[in-house]
Amino acid sequence: MMNLKLKVWRQKNAQDKGKIVDYNAKNVSPDMSFLEMLDIVNEELILKGQEPIVFDHDCREGICGMCSQTINGIPHGPERGTTVCQLHMRHFKDGDTIFIEPWRARAFPVMKDLIVDRSALDKIIQAGGFVSVDTGGCPDANSLPIAKDDAEDAMDAAACIGCGACVAACKNASAMLFVSAKVGHFAKLPQGKIERERRVQAMVKAMDDAGFGNCTNYYECEAVCPKEISVRFIALMNREYLRTINHLGRKKGAGGF
Amino acid sequence: MATLDSKVPSGPITEKWDKHRFDMKLVNPANKRKYSAIVVGSGLAGASAAASLAELGYQVSCFCYQDSPRRAHSIAAQGGINAAKNYPNDGDSIWRLFYDTVKGGDFRAREANVYRLAQVSGEIIDQCVAQGVPFARDYGGLLDNRSFGGALVSRTFYARGQTGQQLLLGAYSALARQIGLGTIKMFPRTEMLDLVVVDGRARGIVIRDMVTGKIQSFAADAVILATGGYSNVFFLSTNAIGCNVTATYRAYKRGAMFANPCYTQIHPTCIPVSGEHQSKLTLMSESLRNDGRIWVPLNKGEKRAANDIPEAERDYYLERKYPSYGNLAPRDISSRAAKQVCDEGRGVGDTGKGVYLDFRDAINRLGENVIRERYGNLFDMYERITGENPYQVPMRIYPALHYSMGGLWVDYNLMSNVPGLFVLGEANFSDHGANRLGASALMQGLADGYFIIPYTVGDFYVRSGVSKVTTDHDEFKKAEAEATDHMKKLLALRGKRTVVDIHRQLGKVLWEGCGMGRNEAGLKKALAEIPIIREEFWKNSIVTGGNEEINQALERAGRVADFLEFAELLVYDALMRRESCGGHFREESQTKEGEALRNDAEYSYVSAWEYTGVGKIPTLYKEPLTFENVMLAERSYK
Repeated sequence: MMNLKLKVWRQKNAQDKGKIVDYNAKNVSPDMSFLEMLDIVNEELILKGQEPIVFDHDCREGICGMCSQTINGIPHGPERGTTVCQLHMRHFKDGDTIFIEPWRARAFPVMKDLIVDRSALDKIIQAGGFVSVDTGGCPDANSLPIAKDDAEDAMDAAACIGCGACVAACKNASAMLFVSAKVGHFAKLPQGKIERERRVQAMVKAMDDAGFGNCTNYYECEAVCPKEISVRFIALMNREYLRTINHLGRKKGAGGF
Repeated sequence: MATLDSKVPSGPITEKWDKHRFDMKLVNPANKRKYSAIVVGSGLAGASAAASLAELGYQVSCFCYQDSPRRAHSIAAQGGINAAKNYPNDGDSIWRLFYDTVKGGDFRAREANVYRLAQVSGEIIDQCVAQGVPFARDYGGLLDNRSFGGALVSRTFYARGQTGQQLLLGAYSALARQIGLGTIKMFPRTEMLDLVVVDGRARGIVIRDMVTGKIQSFAADAVILATGGYSNVFFLSTNAIGCNVTATYRAYKRGAMFANPCYTQIHPTCIPVSGEHQSKLTLMSESLRNDGRIWVPLNKGEKRAANDIPEAERDYYLERKYPSYGNLAPRDISSRAAKQVCDEGRGVGDTGKGVYLDFRDAINRLGENVIRERYGNLFDMYERITGENPYQVPMRIYPALHYSMGGLWVDYNLMSNVPGLFVLGEANFSDHGANRLGASALMQGLADGYFIIPYTVGDFYVRSGVSKVTTDHDEFKKAEAEATDHMKKLLALRGKRTVVDIHRQLGKVLWEGCGMGRNEAGLKKALAEIPIIREEFWKNSIVTGGNEEINQALERAGRVADFLEFAELLVYDALMRRESCGGHFREESQTKEGEALRNDAEYSYVSAWEYTGVGKIPTLYKEPLTFENVMLAERSYK
């Protein structure tokens, strides 16, 4: 069993200035997940009549993308390829001090404590992160063979869970790894190629409008990505963007959807 | 009195859906925008329904409790999705998928619904591929299939171990496209608190904005619930923390019937509980049982580490009891056998509630590399959670709650007995009978949302007309006032126990009395204990904070309050069903060899319950199940 010192960001609401508050986490088992450790702290706070620390979480198995905490300065904490909910306390030792903060980015305003508003990511998908097919009338699934390598590349990109750690880790608060994962997923598939010009332009515009920064090749995003999505997709997105401009300088697919 | 007309069309089963589609009324394209639908939930069923209805031109509002519709728990499904494509040329057909599903459900599902599910299964795959879902492919570029439990053909399409994620992101992208086009209004971070029924018809919902605390209502011509299952009533399950019964339970309290609530699926291969702090359980794919051998020590109170226990002192109990199926015995059998050996005191791990799943022999036979190729990601996940390396020491696994086959009763049109209230996906009871086969949940969610509701809701609109009821109606005001009052009551709780602690207590009572094995005495004991826990909740729990803010303690309290009432319904259903079927082993109903014994003569029906008041015995209605196309047979595993 371990005893830990927590320094947690507490902020009453979006307007509040917020501050770091100290807590003690006592009798922490190494088998607990990080969120279960916070559950225990919260149970104690509730019993004392104090408001628990709020944080986003849901599936607790590393796939829904809801959990979002910066632990000792690193989004999702010290374990590579791991979300907060899958981080376990055996990676910490008795007496450790742990800083817990929300994602920090202009496009992700803090709503309360560790909860931020990530609706900007949804808006980017709404701008073009889809194939424009309605339900019904689709050709047989095997009518269009897709090379296994392309399907695997597409899957590598599609594995993105939309947590936003890439943004939180970037000194520019860039969402380019997130956006390029969706652009890359579709760029690798014939179904996605029909609308590739419109898609990349609409998504990049939505990304810029939301206030995300640009990529300056620090690759912090890749380092913290719980699904270890490669920055090569950012390069792919840049190529996709460039190819929308024809030799006369005219943009193809401008105007969005 | 509520009636139970399943509205299954007449005629041969192969022609029912075609005939019904012709008989249903159509809405003129220009008139579609006059009709509105509320969709609650944004998982596979909800997202696909919302997107498909909006594409047709209806006005759609969609609600979810997460911060984004992409996070619904469909995302966590690992294995795959079934479809009767017969791409591998191995003998599959719509008829065979239909048969396997009815048999897998232990003959407790409605034939006509299951046949239709099999019929539309192929179209689902076409739809998903067109959306860009990156299914696994072989070197020729065509789609790959794998096999799953309960079938002798390979009909499962998959995207690595993340099939649910990829299908959900496909449906989410269709939903997002419509949101972007302005045809769907999306309300994330919103929890449904009540259903509004006016003159016997569902007219809308009451919600709480989870950011501002504002309680308000929405009216529409149809209300579609796609709010998932209720396994979290057991506290520990593989469901997401937020999964709850509130939406369907509140609909039940407003007159909708709850069908087969005791049909819950217990999955044999989950990572065991490590202590009281445990908040949820994680599934390890069933596929591991292809190469892993399951065993426990022969002797009680064994203290040696797994690798120090000699071969002669190990009990490979599944291989011993079921020589032909061995470690691949079906989910229900494996789960029960694990509980049995642990109850005998031979369980492993600190808690004694676990069995070994050992890869030593497979690694010796095939080499570590082959095992890594097959299961590498699962082994990594296991190590991340337990800190143990399964290449070196056996995994420890134990059964856990995973899925609820029961749900709100619906007719062939997926409409409940309350006109205007439709229920899709895991939230309804319709297709899986007493046991769901692997890779069929994804199929059902998408079938309901993409290919069934777009037809049946249109027919309902034409037959019932545009609603003139608005949220100014008295029933809306009354429901809003009740919801507000309910929140106030919860916020006034200033006792000495946390809500989570009380939920944990409820879970233990249900797991003991109404888990894998059930008997009359145990069920009656649970029925006696649940009201006491409920009273404890309302007397001695504590909820902090206020309403007009993000308040997770309040959210949890509201969900647990409903679980505390729903639990009783679940146990009443289990008590009534004195037969073993699917995963439910009713100890009074077993063969001489101790196997599950179904009782077709007395229990071949759907139990549908009508609410009569908190703590009161609900009224049972029966929908008889008739099997005209499959022969009722005993499932044998030996």
